[in-house]
Amino acid sequence: MPRAQAPGMSAPALWRWTAAPLARLGLSGRTLVILVPVIWLLVFFLIPFLVVAKISLSEPMIAQPPYAPLGTWDGLRLTLDLNFGNYAFLLDDPLYLNAYVFSIQTAFVSAALALLIGYPMAWYIARSPEPRRTLLLLLVILPFWTSFLLRVYAWQGFLRSNGVINNFLIATGIIDTPLVMLQTNFAVYLGIVYTYLPFMILPLYATLVKLDDSLLEASADLGARPVATFFHVTLPLSMPGVIAGFMLVFVPAIGEFVIPELLGGPNTLMIGKVLWGEFFSNRDWPVASAVAIVMLVVVVVPFMLLRNAQARAEAE
Amino acid sequence: MTRLLSLTLVSVALASPVAAQQTLNIYNWSDYIAEDTITKFEEATGIKVVYDVYDSNEVLEAKLLAGSSGYDLVVPTSNFLQRQVKAGIYMPLDKAKIPNLGNLDPGLMKSAAAYDAGNAHSAIYLWGTTGIGYNIDKVAERLGDAAPTDSWSLVLDPANAAKLADCGISILDSAVEVMPGVLAWLGLPPDSTDPDDIEKAMAALTAIRPYVRYFHSSQYITDLANGEVCLSIGWSGDVFIAMDRAAEAGNGVNIGYTIPSEGTLQWFDMMAIPADAPHPDAAHAFINFVLQPEIIADITNYVFYPNAVPASKEMIDPEITGDPAIYPPQEVLDKLFPATVYDARTDRLINRLWTQVRTGQ
Repeated sequence: MPRAQAPGMSAPALWRWTAAPLARLGLSGRTLVILVPVIWLLVFFLIPFLVVAKISLSEPMIAQPPYAPLGTWDGLRLTLDLNFGNYAFLLDDPLYLNAYVFSIQTAFVSAALALLIGYPMAWYIARSPEPRRTLLLLLVILPFWTSFLLRVYAWQGFLRSNGVINNFLIATGIIDTPLVMLQTNFAVYLGIVYTYLPFMILPLYATLVKLDDSLLEASADLGARPVATFFHVTLPLSMPGVIAGFMLVFVPAIGEFVIPELLGGPNTLMIGKVLWGEFFSNRDWPVASAVAIVMLVVVVVPFMLLRNAQARAEAE
Repeated sequence: MTRLLSLTLVSVALASPVAAQQTLNIYNWSDYIAEDTITKFEEATGIKVVYDVYDSNEVLEAKLLAGSSGYDLVVPTSNFLQRQVKAGIYMPLDKAKIPNLGNLDPGLMKSAAAYDAGNAHSAIYLWGTTGIGYNIDKVAERLGDAAPTDSWSLVLDPANAAKLADCGISILDSAVEVMPGVLAWLGLPPDSTDPDDIEKAMAALTAIRPYVRYFHSSQYITDLANGEVCLSIGWSGDVFIAMDRAAEAGNGVNIGYTIPSEGTLQWFDMMAIPADAPHPDAAHAFINFVLQPEIIADITNYVFYPNAVPASKEMIDPEITGDPAIYPPQEVLDKLFPATVYDARTDRLINRLWTQVRTGQ
């Protein structure tokens, strides 16, 4: 069967002008495909990481840029001046450890809450008939059409002492002095769960919608109650969605800055705020960099190990 | 003919963007300019202004030290300006381009010269004090008529702070703004750089820390005005803005500002031009424009901070010039102390301790 010829350059011509010269350089198509993400990672991850690592080993000073050079080069001799004091300092001051622990805890609890709220919603959407399903999905995505910042500000209006919720509760006589909700950790959990809920629902929906009905029927036919069916069939089959959703909420929530800054109080000790404080209030770039590097090691490395372990388990 | 025409068109096309794109990037404090100042400047000069705001010297310094900030005009406080000048952040002002520098009060400029020798890099924009803004009714309700509203004890005494905790206490999020007043309250020298003194001041703040709703340097304007907080350690003019907004809203919130009798910080905010400013000429033009008595009078009328142009005084609302909390009488002025310049080591100690106070760690 003759193939439809694309207008413009024919396939052989395309090959001659693009891939062939590269092939002569020893670059095959496969290498090229891999090259793109490698360059991406190199330029946008590895190089910035090395720059941050470099700053984390220097001494702060009031200058432009605000840290001392790592070493001197007098034409013949290179003298390196590495300052590991910034890392020692992180261990020394309990503030940082507490901030890491609190951030991970907040992110974990928020992700768990989002899962509890998001799972029934995703299930209901996936089980809905077609016109309604699209509408419900649209409603999940709809909040993204307004700026995230504005929506967090709107929560300030709801939560403040003379805000919507307190005014309502006082007007109905349920309470007589306003509840302090803004600038508390409660507000931070609320803000994170609210903001990240769609990131939980969408991957859950994607796995639940593909769930084969006949499996549920088979389970029921074999005498399993709905609860048993859920725990033995539905939940295990939706685990990829659960894990994806959990990660999509957990990972960005650890480093969240805007929500704790706008809704949290002085007790909200999240690492994003600590990092901002080091960078802007204390103008201590070396310590700020050390905080960032440690966070990467604390958060990313365990995940990579976990994924490797999982991959190995699946291979066996 | 055609060729001539096209040549003209080309030269017009090349020339016009340069004239049209005269811009000026200003980075100033939030709530710190009259509503129409920028519009008037744009009409007078044809320069387009991009106006951006911050609420702490620390943030400004972080951006300037990072380099290539793109700003043409910034307004640091004098003690921050001093070390930024040392770090080579600013260009010397071309005084020939700013004839209105002559309008400035020589006495105040002499005080400011302590931070910038010969006023080489900067001119006073506005000045003010760091004191206590409070909700008169709520404070009286909780502390009675004997409330020490003329003293730092109003908030620094833990017994008072505990009673005010439920209606909300806020503190500026800047150690170097808050600490001198605390040192004065403790009877220590307000400009002390002795680590023991600094630790004592921070300990006093830690004692009231459980009763503090938040540390923030601009949020309190709105919150004082609508009754969300009832006491703020803040800047004079900001408290007056809150007072004005509450009056405008007619929400029954009465706000007072006090310069504590133990003394407090007097600061100068200085207009300066970063050395790498892309449009230094426009920045010079703006400084000259602002220093006209009628323009700076408008700004004072709007933001309630005194300026340093004596000729503007007759154009300022007498309620402002007559208010001793804004234009303090001589015996109060004598008790104000200048902002301290800290060396890098002390600065780091203060920042560390401040982080501990702020986070309760």
